[in-house]
Amino acid sequence: MFNSVLDAIVPMLCVTLAALAAMGAEAFRGRGERMPIGGLGIVGLLGAGISSALLWNRNASSFGVIVADNFGLFVTLVLVVVGILTILFSSQVVERDGLPAGEYYALVLFAIAGMMMMATASDLLVIFIALEVLSLAVYVLTGIRREDPRAIEAAFKYFLLGAFSSAFFLYGIAFTFGLTGTTHLDRIGSYLAAQSLSDNPLILVALGLLLVGFSFKISAVPFHMWTPDAYEGAPAIVTGFMSTGVKAAAFAAFARVFLSAFEPFSADWAPVVWWIAAATMILGTVVGVAQTNLKRMLAYSSIAHGGYLLVGLVAANQVGKAAILFYLLAYAVTNLSAFGVIALLGSRDKPNDELRDYAGLWQTRPALSALMTVCLLSLGGLPPTVGFIGKWYIFSAAVGAGYYGLAIIGVLTSVISVFFYLRVVVMMYMQDRGADAPVVQINAVSMAALTVAIVAIFYLGILPTRVLDLATQSISTIF
Amino acid sequence: MIALIPLLPLLGFVINASLGRRLPKAVSGGIASLVMLASFAVSALTVWDLAGRAASQRVIEQTLYTWISSGDFVLDLAFRVDPLSAVMILVVTGVGSLIHIYSTAYMHEEVDSEYARYFSYLNLFAAFMLVLVLGANFLVLFVGWEGVGLCSYLLIGFWFEKQSASDAGKKAFVVNRIGDYAFILGTLLVFLRFGTLDFQRVASAVSPLAPESMFGMLSLATLLLFVGATGKSAQIPLHVWLPDAMEGPTPVSALIHAATMVTAGVYMLGRNAVLFSHAPETMAIVAVIGASTALMAGTIGLVQNDIKRVLAYSTVSQLGYMFLAMGVGAFGAGIFHLYTHAFFKALLFLGSGAVIHALHGEQDIRNMGGLKAGLPITYWTFLIGSLAIAGVPGLAGFFSKDEILFETFAGGHRILWTIGIMTSLLTATYMFRLVFLTFHGERREGAIAIGGGAIARDAGAISHQDSASSHQDSASSHQDSAISHQDSAISHQDSASSHQDSASSHRHSAGSHLHDAPAAMAFALIVLALGAVLAGYVGVPRGLGGHNALGAWLEPSFKAHAVTTLADAQVTSPEEAQAEGSATSGEGLELSLMVVSSIVALVGIGLAAFVWLKRREIADKAAQAFPGLYELLLNKYYVDEIYDALIVQPIRIVSQEGLWRGVDMHVIDGAVNGTASIVDSGSTLLRRLQSGSVRAYAGSLLIGVVLILGYYLWR
Repeated sequence: MFNSVLDAIVPMLCVTLAALAAMGAEAFRGRGERMPIGGLGIVGLLGAGISSALLWNRNASSFGVIVADNFGLFVTLVLVVVGILTILFSSQVVERDGLPAGEYYALVLFAIAGMMMMATASDLLVIFIALEVLSLAVYVLTGIRREDPRAIEAAFKYFLLGAFSSAFFLYGIAFTFGLTGTTHLDRIGSYLAAQSLSDNPLILVALGLLLVGFSFKISAVPFHMWTPDAYEGAPAIVTGFMSTGVKAAAFAAFARVFLSAFEPFSADWAPVVWWIAAATMILGTVVGVAQTNLKRMLAYSSIAHGGYLLVGLVAANQVGKAAILFYLLAYAVTNLSAFGVIALLGSRDKPNDELRDYAGLWQTRPALSALMTVCLLSLGGLPPTVGFIGKWYIFSAAVGAGYYGLAIIGVLTSVISVFFYLRVVVMMYMQDRGADAPVVQINAVSMAALTVAIVAIFYLGILPTRVLDLATQSISTIF
Repeated sequence: MIALIPLLPLLGFVINASLGRRLPKAVSGGIASLVMLASFAVSALTVWDLAGRAASQRVIEQTLYTWISSGDFVLDLAFRVDPLSAVMILVVTGVGSLIHIYSTAYMHEEVDSEYARYFSYLNLFAAFMLVLVLGANFLVLFVGWEGVGLCSYLLIGFWFEKQSASDAGKKAFVVNRIGDYAFILGTLLVFLRFGTLDFQRVASAVSPLAPESMFGMLSLATLLLFVGATGKSAQIPLHVWLPDAMEGPTPVSALIHAATMVTAGVYMLGRNAVLFSHAPETMAIVAVIGASTALMAGTIGLVQNDIKRVLAYSTVSQLGYMFLAMGVGAFGAGIFHLYTHAFFKALLFLGSGAVIHALHGEQDIRNMGGLKAGLPITYWTFLIGSLAIAGVPGLAGFFSKDEILFETFAGGHRILWTIGIMTSLLTATYMFRLVFLTFHGERREGAIAIGGGAIARDAGAISHQDSASSHQDSASSHQDSAISHQDSAISHQDSASSHQDSASSHRHSAGSHLHDAPAAMAFALIVLALGAVLAGYVGVPRGLGGHNALGAWLEPSFKAHAVTTLADAQVTSPEEAQAEGSATSGEGLELSLMVVSSIVALVGIGLAAFVWLKRREIADKAAQAFPGLYELLLNKYYVDEIYDALIVQPIRIVSQEGLWRGVDMHVIDGAVNGTASIVDSGSTLLRRLQSGSVRAYAGSLLIGVVLILGYYLWR
């Protein structure tokens, strides 16, 4: 299988095949017959994980447009983790809410395949195709609860605005192609490095338009408006999936395009990204403080986390680049688990995602409360969790690169953000469980997945070196 | 080996957190206390090992592994015991063990699961506190720093049924976040300047530099670190949380908010003594803030009526002393006071806990009085604690406080010394006001109605326990379950039959039979009282013929290491000789200052005796004569109100009304929530989408595009 032209796409092939299998299984499923469709997805994802590990350090490339370099593989592995956790958490949700299992899992897997493609694409057009593959799947997932008008509305809005932003992105690609005669990132990079185009306003237009497209996908301010709606309308587990997977894939492509192809113009884009990062961190945090709905609060929180990742992008030194990768993993595990808890606490007719639904949860579900507490503390960046290490890296990268302002804003907003994360903890531990509080049933698979995630949060917080070394290796190959 | 010191309490936490709900009280409390005692034993062994070495060799380091590494920046997860952290681990595990033991009796009314929850928090706190004092670099210290803050928050709000308790927890948290923010920025600056975060390496890097003559990088970094310390150690302007933190259970106040966590700021300054002494500007600020906090808190302590709040302000005031010492460069004296203070302040808090326990939640000293006869153990130990804190010669507080005052005076800081001596007078006065009002005179049960006036929210801290344990009432042979365990504990069988009063009325009937501290509580009180008497003798000053052994012990911690022993000997010997010389000339001064402050302490006690023992009306008259001043002190200089008006409200308005309601909710939320509920068919949905918020969203997107492209094209 190795040393062929297909090497670099083996991971996403595994996922795609699993998705097709899921669709097939659904089609041949007898009425009322139970089928472990999620299990097919897990097999596919494990295949992708193993093949990524085998491809490590080999720099395989397929068709000249997909490169399985360590950077892409690192993100691919993050996406494998995201996928597995999503499917494990979904096992309960799909059954409880009566979601169409085959379609649901197939869409999740197609989205992941698109994300993997985005993370490893080395050509602007392929990045665009990947973006559309993952976006279309995610639009549908947002509205998968067909009977819920809010979900449909969220999906529609997300779709319309997503299409709008895709247009900007495509426009940016067109300008780039017009100027450089290529859509391949390496060639764009060498062209821009060789030619003096700094006086040409069109290259800046191209840069700006691409920036808009990426900013939309990572929900950076002021392109974040769709986020709270889409996140609130979608089922909680899908929100968790979107807020981690889409962000990881989009950041991977963002970093690849801006730190390799457009690296010669970093003096032009860095100030703009600086402002976007600052605005994103501030708005995400400050507005998050005012929320009383947990899903919405975490939606704003995930906006703020996008801001921290942007800080690493602006800093753009070795530490910053490795920090982005590490933070993506940290954030993916933590945020997805937090949304997983929200999803598990819901019921078919009531989402139970208001802050007051968590009052006194400790009394009835001590283990679940403890796991949620760890997730929230990690999101807030308290040691000894992975969130702390991730933030420390990001901010020390910013300080090292001389971006003191961003570091100050970043530390300030993360200090404030702990306030709203802890509010949930207070609710769980320092309130009495109301008489009308929902009774929660959680299956063993989901609890196991949560426990593993929490162990990972502590492991990466207490013994981060191995993964950090991997992240550092990953960036040394391409930037 | 060192790692065991924090790991043992952590083990206790894990056991109690995971199994505690199923364990009986004796087991969960026993485990929690045992792990603390074990940790104390390990600490004692470690310090013993340390003491057996030559002064320059007194460092034991244990690197667990490399925590963070990237490029040239390597950070170990390392613990280090040197003379300074040796003192701290002994205090934390020693006083901590006693308070755990005390708590087994004090918290006995809680149901099993709450009891286990309490002890799991307490163990977790101890683990983080030990990480804090053992950490060999800023980040390991920060792990402990954040951890103790979290536990403190959870423990302040432990009785969350009380609104005031959860509010107090919130306040402590918010105020501490401000300090933490400054602390992180300070840490980042240190990292930027020195490229390392290891305390020893920073000290060696900074020691060859000349002290900053102007406000520069070092001053900024140290100032930020100090702001972090003011948050943790409740100094102006971040002192507001500590008095409110008294809403937590009293043993928590003793352990966290008196003996250990609040001293973390002082410890951190001592840990970075070399760094701070290279920033004289910061040092001046530290000294001034410390002295002003000491004085301000002392004046407030004079008029408060809640027994725990008086002690809380006293803690703030004593911490001010410690910072004064740090600020004038007398690091040894500051740590000495930290160490003695841990004994007598823990004692005083535990004593107040015994009083509150005996009175079923009464905390207002106007409702106390005459408790001396009923609570002899509590009374005598409390008296010893008060004598120690007042600075009466021969007790622990005397030695440490005098060393601070002497160093301040000798350093030429006459004004600061004057403030210090005034605070000393205040300390003696308010402490003995407390003693006299609580234990002497007549019983004044119910003099101030509960639920009326400003003290309403302080009263009844543990009154809810009555209801919590009410299920036991029927099973219990006597209905007064709230104090039933005490009977068995100190074999007051005779009183058991007399307690037939109903649970609802026993607050008011409590006075008829007082129960002194049960065995576990009495044990802790007596041991701490011994400490409050004897702890000072490790630092008897030269002026009194001692050697200031503690000062000499701590000295290596305040110097930069990494100097070879040979050079060390050559360099230090002339300094030593000089120090000897100046010491002899200073002895006379020290002795006379000592006489002055002893007199001040006795005058303070006498004043308190005169006013609150002999002529109670004088106090009321004084309050009437200066109503403005009295109100000002009673309301703690209105700092809370000022903060609320200047900071809290504006932020709330900006966040809720401005950014969210104004920007995001009107444009986004309004549209979503409004439409989604009305929408009933696809067509209206589409119509609304086309006419409503999506346009606004797209508009926002477009504005972003225009801003970015505009920036590029017209810059």
